[in-house]
Amino acid sequence: MNINLEQIRKDFPILQELVHGKPLVYFDNAATTHKPRVVIDAVAEVYEKYNSNIHRGVHHLSNVCTQAHENARIKVQQFINAKHCHEVIFTRGTTESINLVASSFADTFLQAGDEILVSQLEHHSNIVPWQLIEKRKGIKLRYIPINEAGELILDNINDLINSKTKLVSIAHISNALGTINPIKEIIEIAHAKDVPVMIDGAQAIQHVAVDVQQLDCDFYAFSGHKLYGPTGIGVLYGKEEWLNKMEPYQGGGEMIKTVSFEGTTYNELPFKFEAGTPDFSGSVGLAAAIDYLQTIGLDKIDQYEHELMDYAMSKLEAIPNIRFIGTAKNKTSVISFLIGDIHPFDMGTMLDKMGIAVRTGHHCAQPVMQHFDIPGTIRASFSFYNTKEEIDKLAEGIIRIAQLFG
Amino acid sequence: MTINEIQEEIIEEFSAFDEWMDKYSYLIEIGNDLEGFKDDWRLEQNLIEGCQSKVWVHAELDGDKIIYSADSDAIITKGIIALLIRVLSGRTPDEILGSELSFIEEIGLKDHLSPTRSNGLLAMVKQMRLYAVAFKAKMG
Repeated sequence: MNINLEQIRKDFPILQELVHGKPLVYFDNAATTHKPRVVIDAVAEVYEKYNSNIHRGVHHLSNVCTQAHENARIKVQQFINAKHCHEVIFTRGTTESINLVASSFADTFLQAGDEILVSQLEHHSNIVPWQLIEKRKGIKLRYIPINEAGELILDNINDLINSKTKLVSIAHISNALGTINPIKEIIEIAHAKDVPVMIDGAQAIQHVAVDVQQLDCDFYAFSGHKLYGPTGIGVLYGKEEWLNKMEPYQGGGEMIKTVSFEGTTYNELPFKFEAGTPDFSGSVGLAAAIDYLQTIGLDKIDQYEHELMDYAMSKLEAIPNIRFIGTAKNKTSVISFLIGDIHPFDMGTMLDKMGIAVRTGHHCAQPVMQHFDIPGTIRASFSFYNTKEEIDKLAEGIIRIAQLFG
Repeated sequence: MTINEIQEEIIEEFSAFDEWMDKYSYLIEIGNDLEGFKDDWRLEQNLIEGCQSKVWVHAELDGDKIIYSADSDAIITKGIIALLIRVLSGRTPDEILGSELSFIEEIGLKDHLSPTRSNGLLAMVKQMRLYAVAFKAKMG
């Protein structure tokens, strides 16, 4: 059975908005997704009915709020099939999750001369945190190169993952190109050499079912706001054995057991990594988003998004002078392209005037742009609330604009 | 013509466009026509790097007047640059520093100059004014 598109579009209030007097066509879902009414209501309900600081309060509201926050953790645990709910750390988003691992893993395990391996496809947030560690610890950051299709070249993986390699950190799906990386294979190769693997799942969690035990990844990071949840909440999944060994990331309330000027002992997982008042309205909103997605059915979402992607490709392929950037065999939900020599900024500005939101520029993945020797791309990214009619509008808009540029 | 008279002239020209499409076609046209930026000027020090498009600005004195030249890799940005040059180039530092660039808002392109736009245009306007301050100081 197909998804009920009409009902789904009604579930997202923002989709009724007009932009420059035209119905919003939103193809910037890889940057952030919109929120269904149930998520907005769940967050509002926290503040309207049980807002209270969590974990140590003895009063009723604090207990209700603590329960809601911890239920959200269990919801996330089940969603990604983590073994334990204390392996789910709430963060502000993927970026903070990666920074947390970079910082705490480095403090605990890294020494000068060690190597961290990422890929050329990474978002800046899976490059720069490691470069900071490079400076701090004198380690070396290396990367798996990509080919002309935007796929990882794994030919030299056995050299790249060597005795100096202490961690591999790889995107599940590329934000700039949509390439789905062979993470299962990479995890197996790394594990054969006793090297742990972190997966940046920012672009995957909303499109593919993620089972962290089946993947056997050591860390998995994602953001709530790309999963139809609120901004400011994110998740770091980490295997218990790694998280237990790692030094805390930030200090403060929540993360301690006892504090004295002679010495402090840290709290247990997950609280050891959650200094300060947690974002309990965010976690509750995220749980509501997961509920919503599960009600529709992740398999149906996946199926429809593939259908949209195929339809979009067939429409866009027909546009004269289009050049697709990233033509991996295995890709999803993101189409990056250029039209002739029209600057992406010009195309994005004109599409916006038609009410069509796309992203233009380097997509925080400048090494990818350097590889293709381009200033940036136009990126259309899809969600299950998009329609084929919207894709028609995009294609027509591009053709009309291209004509203006002659 | 004074700076304000030129601004009025541009506003008048743009009032003929009913459709945003026509307005942007015109920007593309004048962007494509903007010439005179020498390759020697395409230097790091003249580059204003926006997140989305690059802008290069060069300024030199001709008597007591400043001659601006600029370029961009994006045509719409270049079209707006062409308008800014039309208004500000060939003016004395005092004229430039005393001007209010009201035409941008009047012709409906204000959002291109807002701080949230990362096309380098706002930084370009600041840079043009900075040149005026510098040349004024130099002229004594």
